[in-house]
Amino acid sequence: MSSNANRTTPLGLRIAAIAGLLFLHLPLALIFLYAFTTEEKSFEFPPPGLTTKWFETAWTSRPDIWPPLYLSLQVAAIATVLALIFGTLAAAALSRTRFFGRETISLLFVLPIALPGIITGIALRSAFDIMSIPFSVWTIILGHATFCIVVVYNNAVARFRRLNGNLVEASMDLGANAFQTFRHVILPQIGTALLAGGMLAFALSFDEVIVTTFTAGQQTTLPIWMLGELIRPRQRPVTNVVAVFVFVVTLLPILAAYYLTREGEHTGGSSK
Amino acid sequence: MTAAVAERQRGIGSAISDVFFVRPQLLTFLLLTPPLLWIGVVYIGSLFALLLQSFYSLDDFSGLVVHEFTLSTYKQLFEASNAQIILRTVTMAALVTVTSAIIAFPIAYYAARYARGWSKALFYLAVMMPLWSSYLVKVYAWKLILAKEGIITWFANVLHLRWLLDGILALPVVGGPSLSFSYLGTFLVFVYIWLPYMILPTQAALERVPVNFIEASSDLGADPRQTFRTVIFPLALPGIVAGSIFTFSLTLGDYIIPQIVGNSRLMIGQAVYTLQGTAGNIPLAAAFTVVPMLIMAVYLWMAKRMGAFDVL
Repeated sequence: MSSNANRTTPLGLRIAAIAGLLFLHLPLALIFLYAFTTEEKSFEFPPPGLTTKWFETAWTSRPDIWPPLYLSLQVAAIATVLALIFGTLAAAALSRTRFFGRETISLLFVLPIALPGIITGIALRSAFDIMSIPFSVWTIILGHATFCIVVVYNNAVARFRRLNGNLVEASMDLGANAFQTFRHVILPQIGTALLAGGMLAFALSFDEVIVTTFTAGQQTTLPIWMLGELIRPRQRPVTNVVAVFVFVVTLLPILAAYYLTREGEHTGGSSK
Repeated sequence: MTAAVAERQRGIGSAISDVFFVRPQLLTFLLLTPPLLWIGVVYIGSLFALLLQSFYSLDDFSGLVVHEFTLSTYKQLFEASNAQIILRTVTMAALVTVTSAIIAFPIAYYAARYARGWSKALFYLAVMMPLWSSYLVKVYAWKLILAKEGIITWFANVLHLRWLLDGILALPVVGGPSLSFSYLGTFLVFVYIWLPYMILPTQAALERVPVNFIEASSDLGADPRQTFRTVIFPLALPGIVAGSIFTFSLTLGDYIIPQIVGNSRLMIGQAVYTLQGTAGNIPLAAAFTVVPMLIMAVYLWMAKRMGAFDVL
């Protein structure tokens, strides 16, 4: 450890690492800059002038933004709740015992994010076709919940693995039944992991576009609205205003999730 | 009275608990059934339905799907235009993967071996934030950057390098009218979007390289370069392979990025999207999706053999 801290960082490595991080972050800054440009027909750089009027325009005179926003919030909320229930059940079952086929089942639960989204999308769509299920809010939710389960499962399974089995046994020895043990011993320990998983699932669903284009039919979620604006732009800075909003809405849960899981993961990492 | 109710409820709860205690498998079964049904029926069921459709064919005259078992749809995949789409996509995925690995390694190496305390947290957040922030917003940012009137052209003019930019755009395959309508543009966006997926597993693998291995290597007379080549890199390789699963798979299936930043020549994802949508040729679209599935199955099998799953 101490020999590590005393070593000086090679200059080349430092430059490559910092350049890499700048590559990851500078493009996002442009989204903010272009939300203030006075030029609405092209992406001229540098912007000819700066204005805040697009925020007002987006708020007051673009009614086409609101219904997609409500739909996205509704879908993300329901998909997150479903994912929390199913993801936690799966994590609890797979972490508490070892049985034949356990590895296969855990692979099954990560498959929806391991395979490209377009496969999930077209598979669901053809299944809806075959069973003549009409597109609705629920077809979107069905798709979103399927990959949100994975996110919650991943978060929960990591915490369940660290759960101290002695505490559960102590609880049982002291006369608590399975439900009381879950409520008073297990839940307080996995709570933050579930909250973090739920927040990540919400961010993922709120932002999802690939699977959604297949399961939405004629409905428009906020990402689908944005995709439309990208292909047929009008008032480009308004799209930037919405992009800034989407960025913030997805970023806040991510930071919160990081904050919630931070301590555990860090002590885990440093003890290795 | 309430005490009696509470007592009885506790009694039922305890009775159920006793059953679970005697038969722990029953509890596992009860916990596992609902999520397994969801993934099994909704997801795997849909995948099989899709796979089934790829064995049907489209009647060229009526435009309707013929529900008879045939391999003719798969034969169409080998026609020149379709085979080219597959080759183009796989080449793109391979190049994106290699480039991401090269850019990711210094970041992962620095974060794993030099960053401590607050700078470590900062590095982690600096990778997590772009990973999780909105996909469409990130693609949109690149539309702004690569536009003909955008920041790259401006920079080229300021640095008197316009000739270089025009020279690159004039290149036969990778160039185009502007960066946002070229393969080079598509490639840049793919690398940008999937880079964090490469950094995290590489960093995880590097963090597991024991410090005393490195000390032993230098004690035995290896210079830092040899230590890197013979000790650190081989141990980091499973992490890079784990990251490449994501960069490769995500590039194979994406159809939004080449649609927004790219030229008119299709990638697998776009082909699937147009075939199932406007063309109504679900069988061929389904057959096309089998290609990334097969490639990823082989890829995952090889990755598992290299121990990449331990890093995930």
